[in-house]
Amino acid sequence: MAHGTTHEHDVIIIGGGGAGLRASIAIAEENPDFSVACVSKVYPMRSHTVTAEGGAAAKIKPNDSLEDHIYDTISGADWLADQDAVEYFVNEAPSEMIQLEHWGCPWSREPDGSVAVRPFGGMKIERTWFAADKTGFHMLHSLFQTTLKYGNIVRYDEHFATRLLIDGNGRCRGCAAIELRTGSVRAILGKAVIICTGGAGRVFPFTTNGSIKTGDGMAMAYRAGVALKDMEFIQYHPTGLPGTGILITEASRGEGGILVNKDGYRYLQDYELGEALDVSDPRHPQKRAMELGPRDRLSQCFIKEKWAGRTIETKDGHVVHLDLRHLGEAKIDKKIPFVRELSRNYAGIDPVYKPIPVRPVVHYVMGGIDVDSNSATSVPGLYAAGECACVSINGANRLGSNSLTELLVFGAQAGRHAARFAMDNPDYDVSELEAQAEDEGARIRRAWFDTSRRNGERIVTLRTELHDAMENGAGIYRNADSLQSACETVADLRARYRSVTLDDHTNSFNTELTAALELGSLIDVAEAMAHSAIERTESRGSHQRLDHTERNDDDFLAHSMAYHRPDGSPPRIEYKPVTITKWPPGARTYGAGSGLKGEDR
Amino acid sequence: MSTELTMTLEVFRYHPETDHEPRFQAYEVPYDEDWVVLDALNWIKDHVDGSLTHRWSCRMGVCGSCGMMVNGDPKLTCAVFLKDYYPRPIKVEPLVNFPVERDLVVSLDGFMDKLEAVKPYIIRDDVNDTSGGEYLQSPAELAQYKQYSMCINCMLCYAACPVAGHEDEFLGPAALALGHRYNKDSRDQGQAERLDVMLVGEAIWGCTFVGECTVVCPKHVDPAGAIQQAKAVGAQEFFKRFVAPKGAGV
Repeated sequence: MAHGTTHEHDVIIIGGGGAGLRASIAIAEENPDFSVACVSKVYPMRSHTVTAEGGAAAKIKPNDSLEDHIYDTISGADWLADQDAVEYFVNEAPSEMIQLEHWGCPWSREPDGSVAVRPFGGMKIERTWFAADKTGFHMLHSLFQTTLKYGNIVRYDEHFATRLLIDGNGRCRGCAAIELRTGSVRAILGKAVIICTGGAGRVFPFTTNGSIKTGDGMAMAYRAGVALKDMEFIQYHPTGLPGTGILITEASRGEGGILVNKDGYRYLQDYELGEALDVSDPRHPQKRAMELGPRDRLSQCFIKEKWAGRTIETKDGHVVHLDLRHLGEAKIDKKIPFVRELSRNYAGIDPVYKPIPVRPVVHYVMGGIDVDSNSATSVPGLYAAGECACVSINGANRLGSNSLTELLVFGAQAGRHAARFAMDNPDYDVSELEAQAEDEGARIRRAWFDTSRRNGERIVTLRTELHDAMENGAGIYRNADSLQSACETVADLRARYRSVTLDDHTNSFNTELTAALELGSLIDVAEAMAHSAIERTESRGSHQRLDHTERNDDDFLAHSMAYHRPDGSPPRIEYKPVTITKWPPGARTYGAGSGLKGEDR
Repeated sequence: MSTELTMTLEVFRYHPETDHEPRFQAYEVPYDEDWVVLDALNWIKDHVDGSLTHRWSCRMGVCGSCGMMVNGDPKLTCAVFLKDYYPRPIKVEPLVNFPVERDLVVSLDGFMDKLEAVKPYIIRDDVNDTSGGEYLQSPAELAQYKQYSMCINCMLCYAACPVAGHEDEFLGPAALALGHRYNKDSRDQGQAERLDVMLVGEAIWGCTFVGECTVVCPKHVDPAGAIQQAKAVGAQEFFKRFVAPKGAGV
């Protein structure tokens, strides 16, 4: 890779999705003299925030309360969330959502002009703001378009960050990034850095996540010595389209859709999720019950139905049916038109007339880069926000519609704290950082452009093996054997990764090179996931062990912390206590009356 | 699925470091009736030729990355199926009316400048303050601009537009529809500022109302309609500003 030019700014943001753009605006608005760099491997409007459908939670209506949002989040997280962080998140959520409304987000409205809300899974009261069923798309575009107002936000579109640059005092001062157009490696320097690179669903074969979600930021932080926290917690969304993994939003159930097995039976009633009210009952859909139970539970119920032989076999695997027909065409077209469009285009099903085949699909990584309640990592000057980060408000299972709000609340917070760090720590040595970036270019060139190495393994071979190992070993239900096998395969892939060869040794827009670097990220992230999962010998939220089926608060009311070892040996796993303030761990109950009052509160 | 069947993709190739001019390369791909054209391109890149270069991400028609010419028509390659063309070969080319960076990747530079030019954000005189709650907007007011807010910036409309290809000053369908979206938003007060940009030269007047932009839009936005509406507003404004003398009471 040719050595590119050096660029200096005040704060560097890696990632141009919801969190990165919100952070950019927070800094640009409050510090007009600052220059903010937004470095992204894609143009910001391509970021994966764009695909989020159902909505974003924040208390706005008088029948709701901050307390209820906090309780739903903590119980949804199976008490693995840090309660101080959840309180901050819930308290900040309404003003952040109103801010986005002021920036033009086209929220769906009530007849009186106020924003409309809908119920989502695991929620006592409806509090999900939505823009039909393209909420993430509208949020992302509103944020991106708003950034265009600020002359002090400098975008580095299609720049693939590969390494954090850390100065002699241990402070993070920028990144090395490949400018895709030319292939040159640039040093993009600043006084503080925020990672907002999203999740890593592409570790798994069957995922709602777009191709770009390869955990690059998580891997970069991990290699720089920051712990990856709670990586064993991976959310399967219960309703993905078979074959493609395209998401059918939870809003379809919030609007009244039901899940039935091959006998047309609403099987969720058999799994302590409440009573199956008739769809014509005015109390349907009941909150925190049945189809509006939490995602982890619903995905687990699917597997149990499959084991019982009550799912439907198709060429794309087993499915159940999501039936929306009773909603009628008018409501479907008004509230969830994208569901209809996606079902027609990708499943050949019009949900007005036929039930949609669905199966659980990897959707979200609850874990991520360990940050404190100020979005700061253990490396001074390095912050993280959004799906790549783990504060944690999501614990062992994220509530639907908290993640979009999280982008705003913690994107803004990370921006403000990074700006303060930049003001307090302005001086660094450019030459030492440039030297690191030059090293990085040389490393990439040696690893991937050595034309004397030929006929090594292809990227796709390793990626497919990784997918199989993670799906078979670290899926919805795991045990020691399956996880051990996943750990061994990941270690084997790490060794073989060095012998992968490329067809393409040219500079301009070398997407085979970026795919190889992404594969490296996936292997790092998978390693942290599998090893964190094997060490947690309990079942909690999305982490279900067939050999340790109970929650064990005595030993595991704690965040796992996976530390990378540079010699390639397995990560070191440590634990950090969960912050419990006012909500002691209780039984996690759903169904009629759950979460209202009672012994678990 | 019948993996023994195959079909041919003829793919536009151009590498700025090694090619003087573009060429076409034919690839034999497995025929799967569930596959979209993008799946076939990804299969080629993974298994046959890692140097084939294209953009993609969401593969569900909303990120806007994978627009290309498919048998001469601008399409999202994640939304057109092999079965729509089988058994005839499929010709895949980069979007026309854009400079080619490499293979199927085009430059977005000009497009991004045009988006930015229309000031696509809420402009208001008052101070930004969230303590008073949301701005009220009735469903009818939302409906005034909603469809124009659905653009995914996939640029198919620029590839379909006969003007965008040769008139640099023309802001083009997506950017003009976006400007119009904010002009029609009841929360916005920035129409005058946007018209300062839109009424210059050929920025909007370049449109000859062929309407192909609306035809090809995968998200059912109607940029042609937006441009016509904006031209009508612009004509009044143009008359006020430049034709009618000051103080003429128009």
